[in-house]
Amino acid sequence: MRTDKTRWRALLAALAAMALALGIVACGSDSSSTSSESSEEGGSSASAIKSNPENGKVSLTIGSKNFPEQEILGEIYAQALTAAGYKVKSALNLGSETVALKAVKTGQISGYPEYASTALTSFFGLEPEEVPSDANEAWEKANQEFEKEGLQAFEPTPFASANAVGTTTATAKKYGLKTISDLEGVSEKLSLYGSPECRQRIDCLAGLEKLYGLKFKSFTPVDIGLRYTVLEKGQADLSILFTTDPQLSAEKDKFVILEDDKEVFPAGNVIFVTKKAVAEEAGPDYEKTILQVQEGLDLKVVQELDARVELEKETPKQAATAYLESAGYIE
Amino acid sequence: MNTLPLASFTGAFEFIFAPQDSNVTGGNQVGGFEKSLELVLKHLEVSVIALAIALIVALPLGLYLGHRGRGELFAIGIGTAGRAIPELAVIALVAVLIGVGLKTVAPALAILGIAPILVNTYVGVRQVDPAAVEAARGMGMSELDIMRKVELPLAIPTVMGGVRGAAIVIVATATIAPLAGVETLGDFIINRNVYGENGLLAGAILVALLALAIEGSLALLQRRLTSDGLKLKTV
Amino acid sequence: MASPLLLAAAGEVGGDFFRERSSGTLPCQAQSSHLFCWDWAKENIDRYGTPTVQHLEIVLLSVVIGFVFAFALALFAHRRRQLQPPLLAATGILYTIPSIAFFFLLLPITGFGRDTAIIVLAAYTLQIIYRNTILGLANVPASVKDAARGMGLTNRQILWQVELPLAIPEIIAGLRVAVVSTIAIATLVVFINAGGLGTQIYGSGNLTFPTSIVIAMAIVMGMALLFDLVLLTVQRLTTPWRRARQA
Repeated sequence: MRTDKTRWRALLAALAAMALALGIVACGSDSSSTSSESSEEGGSSASAIKSNPENGKVSLTIGSKNFPEQEILGEIYAQALTAAGYKVKSALNLGSETVALKAVKTGQISGYPEYASTALTSFFGLEPEEVPSDANEAWEKANQEFEKEGLQAFEPTPFASANAVGTTTATAKKYGLKTISDLEGVSEKLSLYGSPECRQRIDCLAGLEKLYGLKFKSFTPVDIGLRYTVLEKGQADLSILFTTDPQLSAEKDKFVILEDDKEVFPAGNVIFVTKKAVAEEAGPDYEKTILQVQEGLDLKVVQELDARVELEKETPKQAATAYLESAGYIE
Repeated sequence: MNTLPLASFTGAFEFIFAPQDSNVTGGNQVGGFEKSLELVLKHLEVSVIALAIALIVALPLGLYLGHRGRGELFAIGIGTAGRAIPELAVIALVAVLIGVGLKTVAPALAILGIAPILVNTYVGVRQVDPAAVEAARGMGMSELDIMRKVELPLAIPTVMGGVRGAAIVIVATATIAPLAGVETLGDFIINRNVYGENGLLAGAILVALLALAIEGSLALLQRRLTSDGLKLKTV
Repeated sequence: MASPLLLAAAGEVGGDFFRERSSGTLPCQAQSSHLFCWDWAKENIDRYGTPTVQHLEIVLLSVVIGFVFAFALALFAHRRRQLQPPLLAATGILYTIPSIAFFFLLLPITGFGRDTAIIVLAAYTLQIIYRNTILGLANVPASVKDAARGMGLTNRQILWQVELPLAIPEIIAGLRVAVVSTIAIATLVVFINAGGLGTQIYGSGNLTFPTSIVIAMAIVMGMALLFDLVLLTVQRLTTPWRRARQA
């Protein structure tokens, strides 16, 4: 017959087992914030990033918005800065641009990559037609506005990305769609799927309605990640895509984007947004490393990186490392 | 996010009742009473449909199994398994494999609700006093009548416990339904870039209130349905 | 459209950087209609290590904290009958509020991250553990308590040496439910940036990747089943004379 002592022991054993599991798990795990991989410095390539021990005193947190292309960029910058000797944490997948900007302002992150066009339209209220199509002009304009708030934007990347209205090749053929204007008279029969903020954005549904004068049969908000799925499943007639999407080249027989003839969707090069104070404290290597490492990011490269993450399901970290190594920035 | 908590909450309440300027350009406003009401109703809609489906599937099955005394392992196993299913995975799988929208999300939510109803109905029926069943059988009642008129009423407290558990899970999962294209109150929460922090908090408050309201109603319903004799026993 | 500054020392990726892709040759994981890609799974299984560890950490911390609170609450309410219904109602309210809403209700106070996650998950376990402890204690036969009193034991001694040991099976039954539920719900902490296996369901690109969702789901349910079985065994060991009551 079991005594109560045995029963107590059993309960204590159960709790102890759980506490022990907790202890093992706590000792064996990494810290909960992801840290970038460190890599060796120096190397044979002239463009390799050199580690500066001075930078070891500075802690940086690199953020990004919440879709793969952004996370890849964040990882690239984070790994590059680590190679330059900084202590780097990453806080990727923060949310959309308003969340990310707030994170910079409150100091939660040191900086994040933003699209110049998004900054100008979302933060500073420009109409799409006011966004300069020249990358440097757009950057300067954005930088002017950022400076008013104590922020700073570094110079732009070679590649640019824009929203686009996309559809299946079958639908495009059926209605003879080549440009967005071709949707006039047809769009009332078609359903449009986009990200939730698309409805309010002037470089998205709001712009399509206001500047193209289009009315759609319906608009359904879905997560950005599902933008091709809804086309494939035949649920969406039209979907908001990005010009850098890998599916557009890898599956060009299935998907096509309509030409933005009225230029509602401005293309944006990526500019790294950070606080002036942070940049000063971090020293010259901060900006220098970021500018150096983004030089290789032309459209083809970015599409390749996007393809690796979105199609082949590699992690942004893997893709970023592959890019940095292949371009000779890190060994 | 270092404003005083109280200030945040007042901002949220404003959001519920009056449209606010959006963070995102376009000049459109977000929030306000109409929108809040619309999402509350949508949230209710998908939850009610899912609960109904779950009831239709699980209640008869649980009654039958409990009545026959069969499938105990199955019922209990389903109970544990159901509790272990991560709702996020169900919504995500439905969205990517089958499709987005109410037609696919409601059944997905129903699946989550089947387990609690099934287990509780089974257990409730099994706990019915065998003497009562024997007496009914002796009176010549058909098996079906016994299930409906004797076992079910006596099992109501436990069954309703299961229904309430199902409702909790369904309402909670409906909050992440926006990921699969069904705009519920979760929209304020998940798509906070559109609605801002006030919207985020407003969504959380509304979801909490809605869940409590549904639970409260079901508790009242339970009291109504429980025959007076049983009320003395209920915990 | 590059400025002169950028053209100065452009890095260039190696020629073998680019891969060939076409609709017909996309790998299994690129096609969102494929439920499970074995090859990919085999090669990439280690990506689930850290999220699983994070997940377990959060779950164990939450359950232990929740248990301590609920247990203390139950002991407090054990002899104070009037307190029991309101406490049951209070813990019930915490349980009814959907976890996502709860996370964000706490946001202004505790912000994003693990702390909020643990507070909410612990609050979730309160009702079941509190209720089962109270029930377990209430089910102790009066005759046993009388006998103990007759032997001269104080109330406190009766509680710790007689009542609680007899209540243990019921308490563990509640613990089982709490652990299983918490393991499942903890997938949602990804929404407050607290990591966990939810990151492999909702994180970058995973939303269109059934394989990852399935793996994460399998790990979650597997862990839940494992803990359930272990605790069930403990529960059985503590009730030799009556069939182990199942939750």
